[in-house]
Amino acid sequence: MALIVDKHRPRSLDALTYHDELSERLRSLAQSGDFPHLLVYGPSGAGKKTRIVATLKELYGPGVEKIKIDARVFQTSSNRKLEFTIVSSVYHLEITPSDVGNYDRVVVQDLLKEVAQTQQVDQSARQKFKVVVINEADHLTRDAQAALRRTMEKYSPNLRLILLANSTANIIAPIRSRTLLVRVAAPSHQEICEVLAGVAKKEGWPVVKGLHERIARDSGRNLRKALMAYETVHAQNEKVTDTTPIPPPDWEGLIGLMARQILEEHTPARILQVRSMLYELLSHLIPATTILKTLTFKLIPQIDDALKPEVIKWSAFYEHRIKTGTKVIFHLEAFVAKFMRILEMYLMSMDM
Amino acid sequence: MASFFDLKARRAGAANGAASNGGKQTNENTRVQPWVEKYRPKTLSDVTAQDHTITVLERTLQASNLPHMLFYGPPGTGKTSTILALAKELYGPELMKSRVLELNASDERGISIVREKVKDFARMQLTNPPAGYKSKYPCPPFKIIILDEADSMTQDAQSALRRTMETYSKITRFCLICNYVTRIIDPLASRCSKFRFKSLDQGNAKKRLEDIAKLEDVGLEEGAIDALIQCSEGDLRKAITYLQSAARLVGAGNTKTSTGDGDDDETGMDVDKKLVSVKIVQDIAGVIPDDSIQKLVQAMRPTSGGETYQGIAKVVEEMVADGWSAGQAMTQLYQAVVYDEKIPDVKKNKIVMIFSEIDKRLVDGADEHLSILDLALRISGILTAK
Repeated sequence: MALIVDKHRPRSLDALTYHDELSERLRSLAQSGDFPHLLVYGPSGAGKKTRIVATLKELYGPGVEKIKIDARVFQTSSNRKLEFTIVSSVYHLEITPSDVGNYDRVVVQDLLKEVAQTQQVDQSARQKFKVVVINEADHLTRDAQAALRRTMEKYSPNLRLILLANSTANIIAPIRSRTLLVRVAAPSHQEICEVLAGVAKKEGWPVVKGLHERIARDSGRNLRKALMAYETVHAQNEKVTDTTPIPPPDWEGLIGLMARQILEEHTPARILQVRSMLYELLSHLIPATTILKTLTFKLIPQIDDALKPEVIKWSAFYEHRIKTGTKVIFHLEAFVAKFMRILEMYLMSMDM
Repeated sequence: MASFFDLKARRAGAANGAASNGGKQTNENTRVQPWVEKYRPKTLSDVTAQDHTITVLERTLQASNLPHMLFYGPPGTGKTSTILALAKELYGPELMKSRVLELNASDERGISIVREKVKDFARMQLTNPPAGYKSKYPCPPFKIIILDEADSMTQDAQSALRRTMETYSKITRFCLICNYVTRIIDPLASRCSKFRFKSLDQGNAKKRLEDIAKLEDVGLEEGAIDALIQCSEGDLRKAITYLQSAARLVGAGNTKTSTGDGDDDETGMDVDKKLVSVKIVQDIAGVIPDDSIQKLVQAMRPTSGGETYQGIAKVVEEMVADGWSAGQAMTQLYQAVVYDEKIPDVKKNKIVMIFSEIDKRLVDGADEHLSILDLALRISGILTAK
């Protein structure tokens, strides 16, 4: 049984529910015959991938849905072998170059050139070019992005790229100037509610307005998260009502607990306790940025307004450190310690 | 299926297909080309707005002697176009292949390649141009090696070039192209005559864009060109890409293509010709609407209650969820704050410091939400401070 996220994923441009203007734009691009390189960006759970798959279908017809998974081996200049998986159909390839870390340049160079230099043989194919979808383009190294530059221009008759990214900040300017930027905004609360209601109808679940609204609010405008939460609620409860509690994901619960502990007591002993929780989260592969961000936004409502800018400042500071440093636990702990100190100082000054 | 094995029939079939397609092929190819490629300058005199460089190069064209060159400047100012146009004028189409070697960042360019491929090419003796060819093109007695995007070459690879450049200077000229001249090691830079490509000014860019719009039959609304230029920040390639996307969006040019090849399913697409408006351009360029920025600025202003956190947090959250890029938000916020005359200069100094710090963080890949929130809160803090 598939998750409802996958089960009810729209497969064509017509089936997409929100951002009608954008869907219309993608359709006209797909039909116009000269499809540009795209850089699709937006927060996660906004429907970037869904839109791209639908666009591909519009471009090539149902053939794109027949996908197979290949494992390819690439050799770096230092003779190291890299295993790399490619999801492909007859018409397109989908790659996640950040899988191979620093060696992504090799993959980008070899693979794209190979694709670019082969022509479409099938005379009946709708388009002359192949599409390469690059996931997590914002995690590509500078080298890999530089390698993309000229390839995009030189082989444009045979190759179109679709880059998917969460933000354009890490994409170098030359790439941005060669692509058409497509922004996919997160759905609004209203739109999430509509999607949930639609799913409920298809699944034969009762439509509970209050619950939908609460899920939409909790999800932070992330449709995937909302749908997951919705399914969890239904899996755990036979009957759902407006007031059925929405169970948060385990890690979020743990971070909530951590926030409460941090606020209760500001001592080194408590930091030790918190550390064990942080380790547990990290060992479950929760990204450090997510931990820090969630923790910050759980702490913020509990403290005095005057402190908030200060806390955000340090949170942003340590988040930056996490990205540039190597040992994430140091920075997470430093943030916890810093927070306790700020709060303690503030309380002391109030007492005096 | 039987004909599959029948070579003769297959060949005949292929010939048939080619014959029926042949006429259309070229037509179609130019159509699907990005305009950036289509309107790449063909000759030196076509290159827009780099007057100084072009005059120097044209003189060398007549003198048939060329120094080693280093082109640098921001993206989209015509560096690659210039050298390609120059090479074409020097050698003409036939000799281009044997006389010009173009390497860019998409090619492997480690030290081994510099040692082998570049050196081999540099060492190669010249071939004589066919008779009569020389009257059409100057064909000077040297080859050109174009190293595009040279700033992404490693230091080692660059040092390996040093001696090569000198040894074979009789028969080979190098042209390095880069965005940041500081990334080219000094010994290399000192061997080249440098040409700086400046950002395109308004007038030139405008003229070029108008020309293209006319050739492609795109209707433009009043002010749309200015919006294009403003959004592209002097990058002509970006401006042309935007123009093409905008044209696709309004369906201009479709009318022409669907009459060109009737077998395409586009015949039904003929839309009434719409004009490219300022809004469409801004939409494509990912410019944040002014009122969103104004909302943020408003939230940052000190209020009578003294507390601004809630307001700012809400606006920032909305902006992030709408998917606006943090870099763009910063640029626009910067414009809004720095040109605000109500803010005293002393405060602006402090604010600019924060901008620089956050920009660095974003480039390092820090989280956008936290960074922008931090930025807004700190600016707000400075504004409130007495």
